[in-house]
Amino acid sequence: MAKYKIVHYINNFFAGAGGEEAAGMKPELHEGAMGPGLALKAAFGDDYEIVATVVCGDNYFGEKTDAAKAELLEMIKKYDPQLFIAGPAFNAGRYGVACGTMCKAVEAELGIPVLTGMYEENPGVDMFKKDLIIVKTKNSAAGMKDAVPHIKTIGEKMVKGEEILGPSIEGYIERGIRVNYFHEKRGSERGVDLLVKKCRGEAVETEYPMPKFDRVPPNPPVADMSKVKVAMITSGGIVPQGNPDHIESSSATKYGVYSIEGMDRMDKKDFMTIHGGYDRAFVTENPNLVVPLDVMRDLEREGVIGELANYFITTTGTGTSTGNAKGFGEDFVKKLKEDGVGAVVLTST
Amino acid sequence: MKLELGKIYIHDVQFADKTYVENGTLFVCKEEIEKLVLEDDRLISARVELARPGESVRIAPVKDVIEPRVKVDGPGAIFPGVINKVKQVGEGRTHALVGSTVITCGRIVGFQEGVIDMSGPTAKYTPFSETYNVCVVIEPKEGLETHDYEAAGRMAGLKVATYVGEAGRNVEPDEIVTYETKPLLEQIAQYPDLPKIGYVHMLQSQGLLHDTFYYGVDAKKFIPTLMYPTEIMDGAIVSGNCVAPCDKVTTYHHLNNPVIEDLYKRHGKDLNFIGVILTNENVFLADKERCSDMVAKLAQFIGLDGLLITEEGYGNPDTDLMMNCKKVTQAGTKVVIITDEFPGRDGKSQSLADAVPEADTMVSCGQGNIIVHFPAMDHVIGTLDFVETMIGGYEGCIKADGSFDAELQIIIASTIANGFNKLAARTY
Repeated sequence: MAKYKIVHYINNFFAGAGGEEAAGMKPELHEGAMGPGLALKAAFGDDYEIVATVVCGDNYFGEKTDAAKAELLEMIKKYDPQLFIAGPAFNAGRYGVACGTMCKAVEAELGIPVLTGMYEENPGVDMFKKDLIIVKTKNSAAGMKDAVPHIKTIGEKMVKGEEILGPSIEGYIERGIRVNYFHEKRGSERGVDLLVKKCRGEAVETEYPMPKFDRVPPNPPVADMSKVKVAMITSGGIVPQGNPDHIESSSATKYGVYSIEGMDRMDKKDFMTIHGGYDRAFVTENPNLVVPLDVMRDLEREGVIGELANYFITTTGTGTSTGNAKGFGEDFVKKLKEDGVGAVVLTST
Repeated sequence: MKLELGKIYIHDVQFADKTYVENGTLFVCKEEIEKLVLEDDRLISARVELARPGESVRIAPVKDVIEPRVKVDGPGAIFPGVINKVKQVGEGRTHALVGSTVITCGRIVGFQEGVIDMSGPTAKYTPFSETYNVCVVIEPKEGLETHDYEAAGRMAGLKVATYVGEAGRNVEPDEIVTYETKPLLEQIAQYPDLPKIGYVHMLQSQGLLHDTFYYGVDAKKFIPTLMYPTEIMDGAIVSGNCVAPCDKVTTYHHLNNPVIEDLYKRHGKDLNFIGVILTNENVFLADKERCSDMVAKLAQFIGLDGLLITEEGYGNPDTDLMMNCKKVTQAGTKVVIITDEFPGRDGKSQSLADAVPEADTMVSCGQGNIIVHFPAMDHVIGTLDFVETMIGGYEGCIKADGSFDAELQIIIASTIANGFNKLAARTY
């Protein structure tokens, strides 16, 4: 049987090139395992082979990230590996960021599993924990011995496509990903258990800690609306008849930008709603209830607003993850800025 | 108020010339059911099909699921104010055909109707893969307005369930469970040393396909009120069809509310189950403020030490859930919330649309966004024509052979947020 091939990424220090004085070194390629890779090689055993070790100075990577990434990817690609391991970076901040960046790049470019390790206070953890499996390590290289078995177990599971269990079992840093499982008791029974304990004043553990919401402070008011170009944005699922971009009725993964040029109102012949979370009957009859083009045109004519953008932006709000919603906003705000839009009317349902 | 629930366990369902129960088998008369459904001239066809556990059968789009019950003793009758005359229920004796259901399905009203698989990898997510189901496939007349279609479908299911339930009237139950809640002062006095526990049952009331009825009253038109827990077992609450399929509280789930059942199990042991506060989930902020104020007032008024809150649906009702939790906690009552989660297909986003610090004790009924695979089945009851646009489906998700991929939320009651199932979510 052919061995599974691993490429390993380490920094200047772990490659033995030196500390701060060597942090500017450009990407280098070494055949086989070296430095901390030797411990990995021993752990992974005969079915696996560290075919190459790629090295980069932390400063070089930080200052010329795109160039370093491209050079390293070229080096990694030609080995056609089944697994990429970076670090562990322990508590080295620049190294942690480099490990995370390289893992994400390799995963995206090569489509292979990637794995790294860090101490939980490494700044790379917050940046990458949602995207990557980061094995939890101590804060210095002395923790290598403890980290290796976890890297080996997770690495093998990744290569074989086996299920990776929870963070406390496998020894990686909690990623904040909600995963389903079947509990031995039904939810209502667990709820009663928790309530009885809570009433007794005993400690209870929630099954879902409240998230910290990303609150956006509102901008100051628009000084003079009569000079401003206004756009309409909705999460009410109004789309052209036939839903040309196939926006989902719930849990939207996309948004649409549709023309209202030359229209005085939203005509039900032209528009429909595909939103799955409210009584659509009234809006189907009159789409202006959600995208108020009729009154916005009045305001435009009356000079209350400067001008109305000749399109509206739309998606389905119901069930749409905050991650997707944030992504849509970051994406279309560029267009709004380019088009000189100074204010938006956001309508929900 | 004391109710004896006589459970008649059903282990099979078959067609016959008349409808009756014998030795645990439910026999149903297809023709009589079809005739009953077609009394409503808004519907032009009704087809009855049976679905049993383990069969290679997919039912879609499912509107409601109802357990057949009949009131054999005591005031009122099943589904008061909807099928039978308005009369206080919850006392006396009721028989239930446990293990059987009536399922309504057919062309979608909106996007919210869901899927039930009787076997295969997705069967484990819905309780109705384990029941013997009498499925009624309805067809509305051309051009029927959506509110009328929903009402026709809802009434068809309740009528058929009432008709089938009659078959249990004279059958000796396999098991009789007695539930009793006394008037407030007596109930408190019965177990003076145990914590006084209540349940805030939030009824979906956002509008079409998001309605619930209490003694026939549309929940969006009432203000929070108190209910004896046994009322719900006689059909005082019926579902106005779907929200998102995964957390739809079907009429079956109202009849078999798991929080009420589990609170009764501990009643007199380590808690004193005082009663249920019913509230709604209206879309107007003023309603949300008014109703959550009243929920907190009622909790304090009747002197509860702690309560559980459940919601139906997600997104907008998360606000009601959090307002209820916050105000009840501030009024001095301890709270546990049961909910499901929607953190996106990758599981990385926040699970609820709202959050308050008071919501510090939550039970998770699983996350509804993960994609699951639905292999082709030998037989489809209803139609798969709408899978791509149903909640959880997406463009291109279905193949010619009828297999498809969709978010878990397309399955009826898969993440139902009242704790009926064992599915849960944890952080990885």
